[in-house]
Parts: sequence; C-alpha cells; structure tokens
Amino acid sequence: MMNYDIVIVGGGPAGLAAAASARKAGIDKILILERDNRLGGILNQCIHNGFGLHTFKEELTGPEYAQRYIDQVLEDKIEYKLNTMVMDISKDRVVTAMNRNDGMFQIQAGAVILAMGCRERPIGALGTPGYRPAGIFSAGTAQRLVNMEGYMPGREVVILGSGDIGLIMARRMTLEGAKVKVVAEVMPYSGGLKRNIVQCLDDFGIPLKLSHTVIDVEGKEHISAVTIAEVGPDRKPIPGTEERYTCDTLLLSVGLIPENELSRGAGVEISRVTNGPVVNESLETSIPGVFACGNVLHVHDLVDYVSEEAERAGENAASFVKAGCRDSSSGEDIQLIATDGVRYTVPSTINLGRMDKMLTVRFRVGAVYKNAAVSVYFNDERVMHNKKRIISPGEMEQVILLKDKVAAYKDLKNITIRIEQD
Amino acid sequence: MESKTELTCIGCPMGCLMTVTMEDGEVKSVTGNTCANGDKYARKEVTNPTRIVCSTAIVSGGDLPRVSCKTKTDIPKSKIFDVMQEINRIKVEAPVKIGDVLLDNVAGTGVPVIATKNIEKVG
Repeated sequence: MMNYDIVIVGGGPAGLAAAASARKAGIDKILILERDNRLGGILNQCIHNGFGLHTFKEELTGPEYAQRYIDQVLEDKIEYKLNTMVMDISKDRVVTAMNRNDGMFQIQAGAVILAMGCRERPIGALGTPGYRPAGIFSAGTAQRLVNMEGYMPGREVVILGSGDIGLIMARRMTLEGAKVKVVAEVMPYSGGLKRNIVQCLDDFGIPLKLSHTVIDVEGKEHISAVTIAEVGPDRKPIPGTEERYTCDTLLLSVGLIPENELSRGAGVEISRVTNGPVVNESLETSIPGVFACGNVLHVHDLVDYVSEEAERAGENAASFVKAGCRDSSSGEDIQLIATDGVRYTVPSTINLGRMDKMLTVRFRVGAVYKNAAVSVYFNDERVMHNKKRIISPGEMEQVILLKDKVAAYKDLKNITIRIEQD
Repeated sequence: MESKTELTCIGCPMGCLMTVTMEDGEVKSVTGNTCANGDKYARKEVTNPTRIVCSTAIVSGGDLPRVSCKTKTDIPKSKIFDVMQEINRIKVEAPVKIGDVLLDNVAGTGVPVIATKNIEKVG
C-alpha cells in the first residue's frame, strides 16, 4: 500500500487550489487523483470569459483560470494521476483507485480532501412526458461536445432551464450557427446571472419564458419537436397555453447535484439540502481527516469562491496531518442554524478550538428578497443586520464571523442566520 | 428625433429595467437605474456596445481537436458574427500556448484572436 500525507480526489479548480495551499502549508507528500485525461476539471469546457474577477482582478476564460492553478501545481511538483478512477474511500482514509497503468491500488492517506465536483440533473429526474429519443443533452454535455471535441449536437435548439450553463450554451450554439428557439424556465425567476440573461439571450433575441416547462417530447429515433406550456404557482401546466416547437436538440439546464457516491460509501454524513457533506468550521466532514470543498460540498456560483474555500480545506487538512492526524477540537460545538429563507449554511458547526480569526459562512436563500436583511443571532440576540437591496437564490451569500466575538459571547450554543424583511 | 431604448442592467442581481432616451444620437436621459453603474452601463450600451467573443478554432496534431480562443479585447457588438465567421476559418497546428495569436486584426476590428488553452502536441 502507498502512503501519502494528503490524497485529493478530483483535479478541478477545488482539488488544484487545495493541493497548492496544502503544499504552501508545508505538506510534502500530496497526490491528486483525476478521472479525466487532463487537470482543470469543468473549467476546460467553460471557454467563455468572466472567471477570476475576485481572485485575479481580471476577466479570464475557464481554461485560462484553470491553467494558473495547474501551473502552480506543476511548479510545486505536486504528484497527480490522470485517467484514474477512485473506487472507494474507507473510514480509516484508505483510498482505493484504478487506472490502466497501475491497475487497482490502495493508498493510506493522512488526510483526504473530497473535490469531486457535481453532476448535472438528467432528464430522467424530471418526469417529463413523451418519448426519449436521441438529441436530448444536458447543457454541460453539449458544452463539452462543442468546445472540446468539436461536434455540434444540432441546429434547431430548445433549452429547458435557465441555469447559467443553459444560458451560456444558448449563446454558444447561436454563435456556431444554430437557431435557439426558446429557453423555458419552470420557476417565475431565472437561476442564472443577470449578465448572462442579457449577454446570452437578449443580445441574440432568444426568448426566455418564465413559469414554462416542457410537457411533451416527440420523435421516435431522434427528437423532432417539444411542447411547452405555462405553469401555475403549483408548477402544473395550464391547459390552453401549449405551444409546439420543432427542434432537433433539447438541452437541459435544470440543476447541479454534488457527486457524493464516494463520500456516502465512506459513511460521510450528507446534508439533505445541499446534497453535500455536512462540515464543521474546518470544512471537515463527519469522518475525522476527511475534508470537502468546491461543488462536491455545495454548488457555487463563482469559481473564485471555490478556489478560496479549497485553499481553506487544504490548510486545514495540512493542520490535521501536522497534528499527527488527531482531532484538535476543544469543548462543545456551536451549531449554525439556517432558517427564515436561508436554506443552509456551510459550515454547520463551529468548534472554537479550531476556529480561525475570521470565518466565512456561505449560504443560499430559497426565494428572491428585495430590501431585506441578512441577520445573525447569537443565541436569541441579534448581533448582525446587513441590509441588502436584493438577495436571490442564484447568488451565494456570506457572512463573516470573528473569533473574538464568538469566543467572548457567554454560553453561545447557536448561531442563527435568517432573512428579515423590514 | 427622440427615441427610447429599454435595457436590463447587468451590474448586479437587481437587474434594473432602464429606459434610455436619445435625441440626435446623444443620450438625453437614463431612467430606472438605481445606481451610478447603471447609468454608465446604459450610456455605453446605447452608444458603443462591445463584447469579448469567445469561441474555438480547429487544431491538428494536438491532444484535443479544438483550441479555445477569444478576441484579446472587446469588439463592437455589431461585428460578433463577422468575427465568428473568421474564427471558424482558423486552422492551427499543435502545440498552442495560452496567449498565442491565432489571427491578427479579426474582421477589421484591429483586435487579434488569441488562444486561451494550452494544446500539447501528440504522436
């Protein structure tokens, strides 16, 4: 069996940033395991610009952003294995993986960092009526085909869901000569960024139909048409609002799901809201020495936040290894409670013994709020009230907790984060 | 002649619906915005809208058949499809490095198209 101080599962933006920060923290033996044939993860297919405004103060494309971290990993001589599939992670941090060169192999890791990212929700998860012919793709699959492999999925396109990948692909397919007829969104608002709605749809006159969904798919061998209808507040189709669109392609941009089969196999506790691991202030899961960061933990809006979070996971994993792979917590954990519009928080608990001077707590809300405030309560006392003109589900929100304040508060059991309308 | 244009601000999630009133090619007023960024965006958008175009070019002998690329700076919005037509005619050989100029002065804009991904030579 091989031995490494830290094994990182996934060589995308989270895994790369975690590796670089663990090395910076003085860890020698680090191994990244990546199932694709190159490092960089999903950024390799995100060829549009807009990445890195926070981290590098300039607008980069996905591959350019990824390359900065890949260069760092190469410069640091951090080991990695490509085309390598992790099969299992045990409670004792034994990682079982396989590839064509090494066959199946096992590694005893001092710490494991989960950085597997997320997957797109498929059509099977939607219960859409109609046939299941060829020509139905998730937006990300189409993105990989067009941007990396050089194939066009089709010429007449309907897109279901207005997530950012769907919006980006509406523009991309249009630029490559396809006709994008409509984007249908079941919710009364889009989960995508305003900038993408304007620059990917409005720029090209592509209609966005809110509160609409696909209620029929036609075509035996290949898709030939879909029917779209308006939905009521109950999200059920309203009779008489049906419209038929002929098409040869249906793209889906209907949500992302953290990819946690390995985490579940290891026995990591998973949040039912985020579908990602439940973590403490160190981004450590319910299994000591197993950390999580990036989209496997919770789906992010900006890669800059993934990098920042992954750097923290890398530092914390390094501290765990340097402490002899032992827990360094002290006293009772403080519980973080998400309520009144706040769907979840990352982390879920704080242990003062391990808390840094400053802790960023990230969360998302469940609806659009205008002229509301993000409030933080220590036990029953309101200690923070940040007014905001808008809070929306598409954007991740955050509050910053200071260790001084948390430590000074007597008998602090719960920190509650809620949305308050004035 | 007075004319009105409606547009959505992209500055933040507010997405203010703004109305720009033009007279003789000059911006007379911007309404509907709730901050100065909106005003600035609206004025640029109606007088000189620009975009960075991101696409891919054909590459041979590399570890991928396409290399991603972009216009090095923003180009006039009206030229997007002219730029795309020229990008689609690019054919390069691996290896390609980020920043390599794939095409000079695309569609008469004076802006080069540069690679945004490293493509290794294989075989």
